Amino acid sequence: MPSVMLRRREDGKLLFYIAKKDLEETIESIEFDSADKWGGEVVLGDGSRYYFELLAEPPKIPTTLQAKRL
Amino acid sequence: MADMTREETEALIQEVLEVYPEKAKKDRAKHLAVNDQSLEKANKCITSNRKSLPGVMTIRGCAYAGSKGVVWGPIKDMIHISHGPVGCGQYSRAGRRNYYVGTTGVNTFGTMNFTSDFTEKDIVFGGDKKLAKIIDEIEVLFPLNKGISIQSECPIGLIGDDIEAVSKVKAKEHEKTIVPVRCEGFRGVSQSLGHHIANDAIRDWVLENRDGDDSFPTTPYDVAVIGDYNIGGDAWASRTLLEEMGLRVVAQWSGDGTIAEIEKTPKVKLNLIHCYRSMNYIARHMEEKYSIPWIEYNFFGPTKIAESLRKIAAHFDETIQAGAERVIERYKAEYDAVIAKYRPRLEGKRVMLYVGGLRPRHVIGAYEDLGMEVVGTGYEFAHNDDYDRTIKEMGNATLLYDDVTGYEFEEFVKRVQPDLIGSGIKEKYIFQKMGVPFRQMHSWDYSGPYHGYDGFAIFARDMDMTINNPCWKNIKAPWKTQAASEAVKAVA
Repeated sequence: MPSVMLRRREDGKLLFYIAKKDLEETIESIEFDSADKWGGEVVLGDGSRYYFELLAEPPKIPTTLQAKRL
Repeated sequence: MADMTREETEALIQEVLEVYPEKAKKDRAKHLAVNDQSLEKANKCITSNRKSLPGVMTIRGCAYAGSKGVVWGPIKDMIHISHGPVGCGQYSRAGRRNYYVGTTGVNTFGTMNFTSDFTEKDIVFGGDKKLAKIIDEIEVLFPLNKGISIQSECPIGLIGDDIEAVSKVKAKEHEKTIVPVRCEGFRGVSQSLGHHIANDAIRDWVLENRDGDDSFPTTPYDVAVIGDYNIGGDAWASRTLLEEMGLRVVAQWSGDGTIAEIEKTPKVKLNLIHCYRSMNYIARHMEEKYSIPWIEYNFFGPTKIAESLRKIAAHFDETIQAGAERVIERYKAEYDAVIAKYRPRLEGKRVMLYVGGLRPRHVIGAYEDLGMEVVGTGYEFAHNDDYDRTIKEMGNATLLYDDVTGYEFEEFVKRVQPDLIGSGIKEKYIFQKMGVPFRQMHSWDYSGPYHGYDGFAIFARDMDMTINNPCWKNIKAPWKTQAASEAVKAVA
């Protein structure tokens, strides 16, 4: 379960960063992204997939969350 | 030699790899690439931040070098103890030319070497008592120090000393900030992990010291300059530009910096990152914890400076934006004169670089302003994100080399035949003896500053006096030149 730092790029895209793995990718799609449900499976720019636990509301970006590799 | 095509460059890489044994060849092949600007991501063409191969001549440093030498060392009013045997501290002492203002030995300690000088006894019985004793001695001898950092050398991790416990006890006793840094040299593959460890130590032991204390008056124009180590005065040349456009520079990390500045950084409005590689970690942390946005900028060469000043100004209101334009306008005559003087002498010259941190991509703009072309570049300790940023800066079909070995670098130079090489002191004399002009680009070959408009003038002068130095005409012995051998024949 790597810690993932999420931040917003200037163009509005979410960046997914794992310091230990030296991985910085854009998030291309996220399963749930609405006011009352956030998280689930995300697909990154390089095609790899991670899973965030579901949250009751979107997190305040930038933040660090745990993600599971799928 | 004319520009190489993609196929020629690929063939050159294959030819250079030929001498390695099968396994080494496979490994090194991943670190050498031909630049392709169409790629979005560097990991498709080059691998980086991997362990160097045993047996090759690598040019990398260690985690201690990254922490003590780069991040912590320049903080001038703290004492940095090189905890362990005497050599690591002594041989890296004052070599990086991080300029600072102050009276060395009284209120600043930048060029001094403090070490616990481990001997066999300390390895066998542990060094914690000695560490406690030298902290006490430092307090007596140098009472104006504002804090102490303990930079671990390899044995500390190996023998399992508890420097954190000593730090906590002594910090309480002396009421000072004492920071234990676990930057033993064997950690990681290069100095890069040392930067990360040092950033984490600042985060854990220093950064939050003034949380909840609002006594420091802030303005809407507060910024921090992060990742400028004031080599030859770089940070000063950058700082004047920022102040001239109306910003207030609260902190310099860490060239000519103090611990008080670091503690005040969480109060700024924007973090400006020059060396992304060594300080992005702390910028990301501050963005998350204190909601301070950060941007990268580049103060090498007028084109990039103007671009960066406008980019920085875009984060503020119209007064700053007008200030940026005013600064660019004010220096225009100055840098136009520099370009007019040196460009005709340097036009079309080709450069190969191999340095660390930000320089392999940041200085490209400055060379281009002088009409020069960078035909090969590489980093000692970069990660993927550095190469992502490099691909766009470099021309198509140019060489990229990660953690290049001594052999590869020499072979590339023999074939590409650049007019100038920029790399470190270990490479300098090899290439000079091969007859290639060389600048030591780690600490600007004892010159500088190179940042800012003032620095650009010095940069241009240095490049000119290196490339156009008359000594390169005399590199061949007079009796071995064409004219001489014909004269001999005529006599015979």
